[in-house]
Amino acid sequence: MLNPLVKPVDPNMYRYDEFDAQFVGERVNQFAGQVARRLSGELTEDQFKPLRLMNGLYLQLHAYMLRIAVPYGTLSSKQMRKLAHIARTYDKNFGHFTTRTNLQFNWIKLVDVPKILRELADVEMHCIQTSGNCVRNVTADQFAGATDEEIEDPRPLAEIIRQWSSLHPEFVFLARKFKIAVGACEQDRAAMQWHDMAVQVVKNDQGRIGYLVMAGGGMGRTPYVAHVMNEFVEREDILAYLEAVLRVYNQDSRRDNIHKQRIKILINTIGPEEMRRRVAREFEELKRMGTLQLPREELDRITAYFAPPKFESGLSDTIPDAGPGFADWAATNVHKHKAPGYAIATITLKTPGQVPGDATAEQMEVIADLMDQFSVGEVRVTHEQNLVLPHVRKQDLPAIYAKLKELDFAAPNAGLITDIIACPGLDYCDLANARSIPIAQSIAKKFENLDRQHEIGELKIKISGCINACGHHHAGHIGILGVDKKGVEFYQLILGGSGAEDASVGEIMGPGFGEHEIADAVERVVNVYLKLRQPGERFLDAYRRIGMAPFKDAAYEKEAA
Amino acid sequence: MTKLIKSGAYAQDVFAPLADDAALPEGAVLVSLTRFQKERETLLARNTPIGIRLQSSENPEVLGADVNHFSLIALEFPKFRDGRAFSWARILRTRLGYSGEIRAVGDFLYDQVNYQHRVGFDAWEVPDNFTLEMFNRALTEMTNVYQPSSDGKKTIRELRAGK
Amino acid sequence: MAHQNQGPQMLTANRLRDGDVLYRKGDGWVPMLADGDVYKDATSAESALAAAMAELTRNQVVAPYLFEVRDVNGKIKPVKEREIIRAAGPTVHPHTGKQAGQVNA
Repeated sequence: MLNPLVKPVDPNMYRYDEFDAQFVGERVNQFAGQVARRLSGELTEDQFKPLRLMNGLYLQLHAYMLRIAVPYGTLSSKQMRKLAHIARTYDKNFGHFTTRTNLQFNWIKLVDVPKILRELADVEMHCIQTSGNCVRNVTADQFAGATDEEIEDPRPLAEIIRQWSSLHPEFVFLARKFKIAVGACEQDRAAMQWHDMAVQVVKNDQGRIGYLVMAGGGMGRTPYVAHVMNEFVEREDILAYLEAVLRVYNQDSRRDNIHKQRIKILINTIGPEEMRRRVAREFEELKRMGTLQLPREELDRITAYFAPPKFESGLSDTIPDAGPGFADWAATNVHKHKAPGYAIATITLKTPGQVPGDATAEQMEVIADLMDQFSVGEVRVTHEQNLVLPHVRKQDLPAIYAKLKELDFAAPNAGLITDIIACPGLDYCDLANARSIPIAQSIAKKFENLDRQHEIGELKIKISGCINACGHHHAGHIGILGVDKKGVEFYQLILGGSGAEDASVGEIMGPGFGEHEIADAVERVVNVYLKLRQPGERFLDAYRRIGMAPFKDAAYEKEAA
Repeated sequence: MTKLIKSGAYAQDVFAPLADDAALPEGAVLVSLTRFQKERETLLARNTPIGIRLQSSENPEVLGADVNHFSLIALEFPKFRDGRAFSWARILRTRLGYSGEIRAVGDFLYDQVNYQHRVGFDAWEVPDNFTLEMFNRALTEMTNVYQPSSDGKKTIRELRAGK
Repeated sequence: MAHQNQGPQMLTANRLRDGDVLYRKGDGWVPMLADGDVYKDATSAESALAAAMAELTRNQVVAPYLFEVRDVNGKIKPVKEREIIRAAGPTVHPHTGKQAGQVNA
């Protein structure tokens, strides 16, 4: 529902031309045909499953789940309103923002999907390759285009990769999923090292801009941090290089054991040296062939879509004084913007007690209004299940905060212990062993006190309901993994993981805790940190210095007593 | 039962599949990699077309300089999910410069035919209920493509630039 | 589904067209677990599963499977947490799902 007082704004982002629109439209028709063939029985479920997965449709615990692509986490207000409309019309009035910056609806009917896809196509959205054994949504730093920390905005590259990977004929039946992230800073807000492949914009010693490519990161049963494949790929060669990596993966990956089919397994089996050698061989050949070269004009053409908005000059460059509640929120949720007078505002969808990452249709619509009024019509989705208004005037921050308070999205907790990542878990997911959302809620309520949160400082808790690790538990400072012990939910603690530029795989503590014990166990672990930390040490730093032992002793102490 | 679609029409399959332990008959035969490696000289010395059927784990690079002796290379899809043959076809057309028939055999879906066609397959062994009309429809569901492949089809980028 | 359960079981599936959870009753399907058939032994359970699998060609339901239940104070309840949640709805959104009376015909 359009608020008549708010004037919609079109942000600077990629716009479909007639080719893109036709592509998505034909894809919708194709899937509509596949749905019809499934309903008539011409396709069995076994045959239909990979086809519906490649259009983002899962069969989950209660119903079908549809995963909508949000390329590099960027949404316009028009798109946000359409998502609200779909939530209201075809689902139960809410959606869930995921750790790959997509949006999921949990109660979708198969027969409605072609209609939903057509509605999405109207606002230049789709569900192509958001699941299946293919290249998935390309994610990016949520501060792209707004931070002064980056060499350049990585999203034009992400858009180029998106197009190149869309229905790539050679790579739609890979051994497993393939996730790509892009970034352009030393600070890694996109968990690049945890991806199957990541591209970081870098500058070489001569000041030339190119791309560092890494591969082989991944979560799941056997977590790995990525290896560098090439320190510097020239701009025009990047698609040839990415194709080389994908080809080596497609031809050389195992196909006999579903748990051993990600690229991380291939690279760690043959070794990164050998992987680099195989990729280099393909790369040289593809470069010679020339068909994948990326002309500078094309890069510039795509880059122009992402031009920064017209920033006003002469604005106040101080954050206004608007009371203690606002000051708390500004302290954690507002980040430095490259333009004077501007700021980056994070909307944490993590008010203690809420379902992490969820928003109702009404909340989405109010956020769309905020986008139009205060952020040039644009929002970003983060892999930590939060939203970011990338270009806000500092002087507008109090008004934004006031509106977020009405929405119950004003928790001043970005990066703090209550800013928890949690997958949907056993409440929704067919794959899950245990529920994760209630655990997130109970931990967030336990640590709700803001003074205590600030005393604790930066502490990233990540909760997965099963080993598939959609909650990124391996990358949590404190990770929690739900397991099934004879039909009862148990939770393992994992300490010392990181999804930032200091990426590390967390260490499993030991036997799991029951549903009613896990929050207390987390508290005992946190108390050890508070007792033993040195000045300036985050939880993660203290853990890395001290090691597992004291945390483990404290966690199990109650049971030993 | 199956039939053969080649270059957009029904075709007679002139290649007789030859088991690894069967005697070598007159005429065109389709052999496994194992058999070819054992009887290479014999098979190549005959003045008849020869075809080879590769399993999804068999990289056609193993054929080396022999690749263009084959009139037919059949690439197997043991299960439609096993997409290695898409890369094998691409490698055959590019690195190995193979210009003969590349045939899709085994378990594949109507929905994969377009991708197979793009990467270099030009023949399909299909079940009896798979019609030419279906085949042609499969190739037209998506008018345009974003990335180059063996079919040489103009990419959207090229179309945008008016090429 | 990997091993044969020995105790009482029920049979569940999802409706193809809308994904709704269903429970086997006779040779049909009902939306509520309380109305479904309980198979007292492995033989009757396996034969119910076989019948359901044979009917997949009707394209009404997908992915039928057996799960264990037990009697709790006169009410049939699933043994596993997963099936309890599947029968009722998400615990974190109690106003949605079968627990809230949201049942598709």
